[in-house]
Amino acid sequence: MAAMQVVRSEWTKIRSVASTVWTLSLAVVVTIALGMLISALTRHEFDKMSRQDRLTFDPTFISFAGMSLGQLAMIVFGVLVVSNEYSTGMIRTSLAAVPQRGTFLFSKIAVATGLALVVAMATSFVAFFLGQAMLGSHRASIGDPHVLRAVIGGGIYMTLIAVFSMGVAAMLRSPMLSLGILMPFFFLISNILGNVDATKKIGRFLPDQAGSKIMQVVPRIDEDTPYGPWGGLGIMVLWAVAALAGGYALLKKRDA
Amino acid sequence: MIELEGLTKRYGEKLAVNNLTFTVRPGMVTGFLGPNGAGKSTTMRMMLGLDRPTAGDVRIDGRHYDHLKDPLRYIGALLDAKAMHGGRSAFNHLLCLAQSNGIPRRRVAEVLDTVGLTAVARKKAKGFSLGMGQRLGIAGALLGDPRILMFDEPVNGLDPEGIHWIRNLMKSLAAQGRTVFVSSHLMSEMALTADHLVVIGQGRLLADTSMADFIERNSRSYIRIRSPQRERLLDVLHEEGVTVIESGSGALEVDGGKAEQIGELAAQHQIVLHELSPQQASLEEAFMQLTAGAVEYHAHADTPLETRFDTPFETRPQRQHWGEDWKRR
Repeated sequence: MAAMQVVRSEWTKIRSVASTVWTLSLAVVVTIALGMLISALTRHEFDKMSRQDRLTFDPTFISFAGMSLGQLAMIVFGVLVVSNEYSTGMIRTSLAAVPQRGTFLFSKIAVATGLALVVAMATSFVAFFLGQAMLGSHRASIGDPHVLRAVIGGGIYMTLIAVFSMGVAAMLRSPMLSLGILMPFFFLISNILGNVDATKKIGRFLPDQAGSKIMQVVPRIDEDTPYGPWGGLGIMVLWAVAALAGGYALLKKRDA
Repeated sequence: MIELEGLTKRYGEKLAVNNLTFTVRPGMVTGFLGPNGAGKSTTMRMMLGLDRPTAGDVRIDGRHYDHLKDPLRYIGALLDAKAMHGGRSAFNHLLCLAQSNGIPRRRVAEVLDTVGLTAVARKKAKGFSLGMGQRLGIAGALLGDPRILMFDEPVNGLDPEGIHWIRNLMKSLAAQGRTVFVSSHLMSEMALTADHLVVIGQGRLLADTSMADFIERNSRSYIRIRSPQRERLLDVLHEEGVTVIESGSGALEVDGGKAEQIGELAAQHQIVLHELSPQQASLEEAFMQLTAGAVEYHAHADTPLETRFDTPFETRPQRQHWGEDWKRR
């Protein structure tokens, strides 16, 4: 089967470049370490928190606090996997070997997504358990209601961030342009849009804001989000699918 | 066999490739010649399905490139020595190409050996010299043991030993009955390797001919004469109706005449000759003349076609309107 050959080839490609190792390692280390740090700090500050904050305290969500930075490394991973082909000129060699452009792109995406999923899922579980260990008496247990959903969801969330980035990189081709748009978007713009009252209603349909709902176990008091945890993840999937569809349409049309 | 049929590529206003029709046949080296910017690389990219033609068609053994199953087994190409990820080792670069086309892993070691890169197989490609990169690209082209091979400017940046190696490789591949298509902007290089010649200029076909034919048709032969009695000799030759060109260095040149005839003429009139030698213009000159024709035609598009081309070409360029930017280059 031709597609399997291409998947094997893409696996060889992804495992034979250094950027795969360092981007994914960075995502793991940053997510876990920052999550532990913030969890530990929260434990010390817990008694000083307002009553309202204590009532809506979400130990699971706190242990994922490192994802806000860790996801940036996932973005770099997703962008580099795709745009490396363009920045090095490898794309011409690759498309001469696999002229079926859909097979080429989706084999690449499948391999990178599979690898990202394994790494992100492990990261999510480790971040949860180590974060809870830091929280001491305020910790949640994996057996508590909705906690397992949140932890698995955290792994899916990080994977989808990478997939969305792959789609954007497939459209833009240039690694610098892709990173220059995605990094500030997820680190700053999305947060601003989500916290300013005027744009809140739009902001929560952005991929990261909608997707991160899956990691919340304790709802906020003034919760009025029009979708649930899985609904939010569904919105994020739609974003990723749209980015990939755009990338595919352009690859199909463009000269290599 | 590669067949091009009216192949055309337009970038905005500029026609990069204009209505190319020719066939690349097996069992010989076909040279693809043209000055820089003539459209050679664009044509080759279209052959590999990388760029979409604006009009026309390319077929590899009767099929479109993207309909080939495991294309590396049909056609191997070296387009750009740098078209690889510098962070990947030579071995892994070839391995991922092999896997995508179901080529067994042992072929990787075989082609690395063929191009002489076995010792650096595990080294990253970014540390390679241009020549080593070129060899790695060629290893990739040979990977699927294809019947058709295509090289874009393969000797660029190579040392004399590397150039020698590539020439022999191409000849031996053709001798095995394979189709070898190689581009260059150097006529002298082609003269040493190619059996057949396709010349383009401004994206347009200027010649599609055997190498021997091209040499015979396009190289000007003339007789060079030096004499201390230059003025008398000129008079004598004029009286005989022979057209003489006075070349810069004081010598005289007679187009298409016979040395014997002129020697006897000089003897009859007792004119001393210091030199009487038949000359053949170099191939490089012939190539320059051929492609210069296209440029000149450009600059004076309103002059009648007949007066512009007096050399017999296999294919005469058609009168057509061209992008004006060429003049400014």
